[in-house]
Amino acid sequence: MTAFCKRLALLLVTMLLVTALAFAAFTVIPADPTASILGMNATEEQIAALRAKLGLDLPLWQRYTTWLTDFVRGNFGTSYRFSMPVEDLLGPRVEATLALTGLSFLLIVAVSLPIGLLAAHRENGLIDRLVTVFGQVAMSIPNFILGIGVIWLFALILGVFQQKYVPPEDGIWAHIRYLLFPALAVALPKTAMTVRLLRGSVLGELRQDYVRTAYSKGNAPRMVLVFHVLRNAMIPVVTFLAMTIPDIMAASIVIEQLFGIPGLGQMLISSIGNRDYPVVQAIVVIAAFVVVACSFLADLLYRLMDPRIGGR
Amino acid sequence: MKKGNWYLYLGCALTAVMVLFCLVGCFWTPYDPSALSSTDRYAAPSLTHLFGCDSLGRDIFSRVMQGAGTTLSIAFSVLLLGGTAGLVIGALCGYVGGAADALVMRLCDAIAAFPSILLALVILAVTGPGKRNVILALGVLFIPSFARLVRGEFLRQRELDYVKAARLAGVHGLRIVFVHILPNTLPVILSGITIGFNNAVLAEASMSYLGIGVTPQDPSLGYMLSEAQGFLMRAPWYTGFLAGTVILLVLGAGLIGEGIRARMGDGA
Repeated sequence: MTAFCKRLALLLVTMLLVTALAFAAFTVIPADPTASILGMNATEEQIAALRAKLGLDLPLWQRYTTWLTDFVRGNFGTSYRFSMPVEDLLGPRVEATLALTGLSFLLIVAVSLPIGLLAAHRENGLIDRLVTVFGQVAMSIPNFILGIGVIWLFALILGVFQQKYVPPEDGIWAHIRYLLFPALAVALPKTAMTVRLLRGSVLGELRQDYVRTAYSKGNAPRMVLVFHVLRNAMIPVVTFLAMTIPDIMAASIVIEQLFGIPGLGQMLISSIGNRDYPVVQAIVVIAAFVVVACSFLADLLYRLMDPRIGGR
Repeated sequence: MKKGNWYLYLGCALTAVMVLFCLVGCFWTPYDPSALSSTDRYAAPSLTHLFGCDSLGRDIFSRVMQGAGTTLSIAFSVLLLGGTAGLVIGALCGYVGGAADALVMRLCDAIAAFPSILLALVILAVTGPGKRNVILALGVLFIPSFARLVRGEFLRQRELDYVKAARLAGVHGLRIVFVHILPNTLPVILSGITIGFNNAVLAEASMSYLGIGVTPQDPSLGYMLSEAQGFLMRAPWYTGFLAGTVILLVLGAGLIGEGIRARMGDGA
C-alpha cells in the first residue's frame, strides 16, 4: 500500500513537472502571438490591449497557476486561429483518435499473443524463424511508410479500401471497417515487438523448474504452455503493452494526417503549422497525461500480476 | 557461428553499404538531383535511370542518394549532440549519485514522459522548421533516454572491484569515470546508440513527411516521400525506393544493436 502511495505521489510530481515544461515551452520561447493575430500593421495600443486581454502582461508564476487551475477545470483556453474554446474544438475529435488507438491496441494483442506462443512452442522451428526475420523487418518500417503501403496495396491495387473517412454516424461497422486499415499501419511494428518479447519470455519460463514438475505430473505440453507458462510469461508483456499506448498514440498522429482522419493528431499538426499554441499546448498536456497514467498503470499491473514484487 | 555474431556481421555489412551510399550522396550523384527533363517524366526504372524518374523528370536514383545523405547527416549530428551530452550527464549522475542525480533523473523522467516524436514536433512548432532545428530538437530529446541508460550501467560498474581498487589507489574521480569505467560500458553505449540512430532516422522521416521537418532546400528521404506519395499511382517505384532506403538504414542499425545485445547476453 505504501508502495502504491509512493507511486501515486511520484505520478503527481511528474505531472506537475510536465505541465510546467509544457507551459514554459509555449510561453517563454515563442514569438509574441499578438503579431500573428493582429498582423503586421497593428499599432502599439492594439498590441497592448490584446496582451492584457490574453493575460500576457502578468508575472510568469501567476500565469502558470492560473493556466494550471483553468486546465484542471477543463478550461483549455481559446484557440488563436478559430477564436473558440479549445475544449470545444478538441471534443468532437477525441472519438476518432480513441477509436484508432483502441483498434490498433486490440490488433496488437489479438495478433501477437497466438503468434508469440506459436513461435516459442517450437523454438527454431519454421514458424519461429519466419517470425523472427519478418519481425526484425517489420520493426524497421516507419508507420507512415506502412500507411502509404496500406493505401497502395488495399486502395490502389486491390481496391478493397476507400480512402474517404467514414464517420461513426454513417454506421459503426463501416466506421470500424474503415479504421481497420490505418490501424494496421499503426499496429504492425508494435506487434512485431510484442511477439519477440512474448517469445523470449515464454522461452525463459519454459526452463523453470515448475514446468518440469508440471510435465512430470503428466500434464499435456499444450496445457502446460497455456495454463502454467503463459500466466508467468505475460507479466513483462502486460507491462510492455501498457507502455506501448503512448507510442501507439504518437504513431496515430502521423497516420491520422496520412489517411485524413479528423482526430487529435491531425488537429495537432495543423495547429503547429499555424502556430496556434493554446491548441498545441492542450493536446501535448493531454498526451503527457496519458503517458504518465499508462506508466502508472503498467507498474500497478506488474505488482498485481506478480505478488513477489508487491512487498518491495 | 553464434546467433549474435550473425546479426552483428549482417548488420555491420548492411550499415556499411548504406552509409557509403549516403556519404557518396552528400558529394556526388550520377545526375543533378534537381535537373528537370520534360522527356523523362515518369520514366520507369531502366539502365540510364536506375530508379526511374519522377513527375518533373528528375532522376530518382540521384534524388534518393541526396535525400539519404541529408537524412544520414541529420542522424549523425543528433547522435553527436545528444550522445555526448547524455553520456557526460549519465556518467556523472551514475558515478556521483546523491541529490543531484535524483533531481536530474526526475527531469529526465518528465521529458521522457512525452512520446519523443510529439515533443520534437512541439519544439519545431516553437523554433520553426529547418535542418538545424530538427537536429537540435532530436538531439535534446535523445539526451534523457541515453543518460538514463548510461547512468544505470555506471551505477552497476561503480560497485565492481576494479573501480574500488582504482579509488583506493587514489585515482582522480573524473579519470575513473572516463578512462576506467567508460571502456567497460561500451557494449551498452553502442547498443543505445543504434537505438538512438533508428529513432533519429524514423523521427526525422516522419516529421519531414508531415512538413514540419526539413525545408525544401535540403530535402531528406521523409520530405521526398511526401512528394512521391502524390503520384503513387503513376510512379509507385519512387515511393518504393525511398521507403526501401529508410527501411534498410533502420534495419542495419537494428541488427547491429540486436547482435550486441545477444553477445552481452552470452557473456553474462
